Amino acid sequence: MVRDVVGRAAVTLYEAAFNLAERPMRFAQKALGVHRLAWVFLLPNLLIFGLFTYLPILLNIWYANTAGDRILPTERDWVGGANFASLMDCESYLDPNTCRRDLFWRAVHNTGWFVVLQVGFMILLSLIAALILNRNIPLKGFFRAVFFYPVLLSPVVVALIWKWILQRNGVLNAGLDGIGLPTVNWLLDPSWAFFWIVFVSIWANMGFYVLILLAGLQAIPGEVYEAAEMDGTPAWRQLVRITLPLLTPTLLVVMVLSLIRAVQAFDEIYVLTGGGPGSATTLLIQYIYDVGFATRPRQFGLAAAASLIMAGVLFVLTMAQLAATRKRGEEG
Amino acid sequence: MRKTIAVSACALLAAGAVQAQELRFMCYQDGVECDAWADAFQTFEAENPGITVAVDVVPFQAIIESLPVQLEVGEGPDLARITDYGGLARFLLDVRPFVSDPDAIEARYGQSLAWSRVGDNSADGIYHIVDQLTATGGFANATLFEQAGVDLPGPGATWDEWAEASRAVRDATGVDFAMAIDRTGHRFAAPAMSWGAALFGEDGDALLIDDGFRAFSEQFLAWHEDGTLAPDVWVGAGGGSYQDAAGEFTNANLVMYYSGSWQIGRFGRDIGDAFDWVATGGICGPVACTGMPGGAGIAGFTRTGHPEAVGKLIEFIARDDVQAEVLARTSNLPANALLQESGIDYADVSDDVRAALTAFAASVPGFSDTAFALQGYQFNRAVYTNIPARITQAIVGELTLDAALDRLAQDVADAIAEAR
Repeated sequence: MVRDVVGRAAVTLYEAAFNLAERPMRFAQKALGVHRLAWVFLLPNLLIFGLFTYLPILLNIWYANTAGDRILPTERDWVGGANFASLMDCESYLDPNTCRRDLFWRAVHNTGWFVVLQVGFMILLSLIAALILNRNIPLKGFFRAVFFYPVLLSPVVVALIWKWILQRNGVLNAGLDGIGLPTVNWLLDPSWAFFWIVFVSIWANMGFYVLILLAGLQAIPGEVYEAAEMDGTPAWRQLVRITLPLLTPTLLVVMVLSLIRAVQAFDEIYVLTGGGPGSATTLLIQYIYDVGFATRPRQFGLAAAASLIMAGVLFVLTMAQLAATRKRGEEG
Repeated sequence: MRKTIAVSACALLAAGAVQAQELRFMCYQDGVECDAWADAFQTFEAENPGITVAVDVVPFQAIIESLPVQLEVGEGPDLARITDYGGLARFLLDVRPFVSDPDAIEARYGQSLAWSRVGDNSADGIYHIVDQLTATGGFANATLFEQAGVDLPGPGATWDEWAEASRAVRDATGVDFAMAIDRTGHRFAAPAMSWGAALFGEDGDALLIDDGFRAFSEQFLAWHEDGTLAPDVWVGAGGGSYQDAAGEFTNANLVMYYSGSWQIGRFGRDIGDAFDWVATGGICGPVACTGMPGGAGIAGFTRTGHPEAVGKLIEFIARDDVQAEVLARTSNLPANALLQESGIDYADVSDDVRAALTAFAASVPGFSDTAFALQGYQFNRAVYTNIPARITQAIVGELTLDAALDRLAQDVADAIAEAR
């Protein structure tokens, strides 16, 4: 009874609102035409996008082509592509020491290795974890929560927790010392520091991708496996011939997302190592931050040019992956 | 009649609007500086009805990162407590026209006033008042020396003597670190000058990599290789970021720590009577015994809508009695020449703190002219942030020392060119 009354009231309200809007809409439609009216509805979103997305991109392009430490665009000197030329000035792109901006190329190399290792291992480990969690194991819900929990933490908190573990007198060294093993300055050795930023980044983000892959696994129809079982197909063959092919669209999504996220990695690494020792863990975003904001005088132009180069690379990678996804989708 | 009342009301409102001037003061503090100024401003407000001062306490990072951006776009406070005089020079308000006795201020603060007289700023402008003169210098854990049975190097001791003694104490007591130097070019510059670095080239610009700078850089690397210097400070950070070792010294895990006078209050508070510590005074290299001056000062900005009120406040801040009261409470060194001569009556401080303040104050007159020139150099931040980035690369083996020094000179030159 009450539900009926509330329902009727809602319908009446909806009709009243609709009638109220009908007349001005009809007028607008008459004045602008059906096709142009669509722009009226798009306008608010376009304005928001324009203001907060496209305008900053245009500003970034302006900054990349100007020099000086002034913030106001009108006070900056136009230098054309000088910042890009300075960044790309290298005898060999494989050896940062031969580059005019060696720190930029060190950051590019570090980012490349970081992306390859972090994305590769994270997808592999996420897949293994998802496959295990998709089975009927005891405490399944608990383990799913355990994997997902780090995703809920702020990157700064993640970095501080691991710093506490890895520092000279940290938990890890205390444990090693306790069992009579030699201790290591984990964050002061360039190789170890790089290993740990990859490890911590995987630890912090893996749960998110496990969840996506788990959803993908659960979307695979059970009948397919039942048929395979009836045919006597061994488990590893089911994995290779059924699970992985049917999971490929999900894996591509995971790859695109994790790749973009890996290239953008900054906060947890900055707090954990500060980009050191030396520049061993300095990635591209930190280079941009250092050049544009941390050093004095600030070199906004160089930072903007570096960010545009990075955006270009990301764009190409994402397009390539989307094209691969589309091709696979068309192939069926 | 009605018209008269309306006109009178408007006049009263207008007069009120003119008189009610609120100055916003963005303040950072190492200890209790902002609290001390907030209290002192009550006297100012009583003496200057109609002017109020709102003190906004912010972290140092906000002064370094947010304030320049705010000022650049025409926003920000009326005054702030700053350290980057060269970087902010073009935003600073010359209050000389608004103070009643500029000569008195010049006589007291002349040396530090020069720090803002750069670029297009007037050669006799009064742009800021330093309320915390700082000097770099060392601190030693006297209790560890005593436990190790090693004599504390005396006044005028060399860096080599301090390194040797600190290593001996570390080995005898089992603490982790012998020596540490804050990770910034500001601290690196002092011993570099003591090794003979001229820092400035013939064109008047930094950074000149000469034999003195190279010699200290080699020594600095050698101290990292043999474990004299704590690797956690310079190696444990990246880029040009600042890192200190105050925590290690406070925890009695470090024998000798090269930092500056701004740590005195913190050590007095945090160490208490856990162990005895002393200020080393000036430490000598092969050529000189200099430290680096520096300090925080209060400056007004050209964007203010109340330049006269800002001038009055700056004049109040510069007053001898006001400075003496604030410095006594904050345990800081005076930049005011008269107060340097007469001394500050630091109340309620421990003997360690009092002795350290005396030692640091005594070391300032021995600082080299180059040290003061670097402090007043418009682009000194380019030097301070690039030195740690490049020297650390040499320490960890990413670059040879020669390559690191070449890159360092190039980085500083690029940064200066960008700013010009």
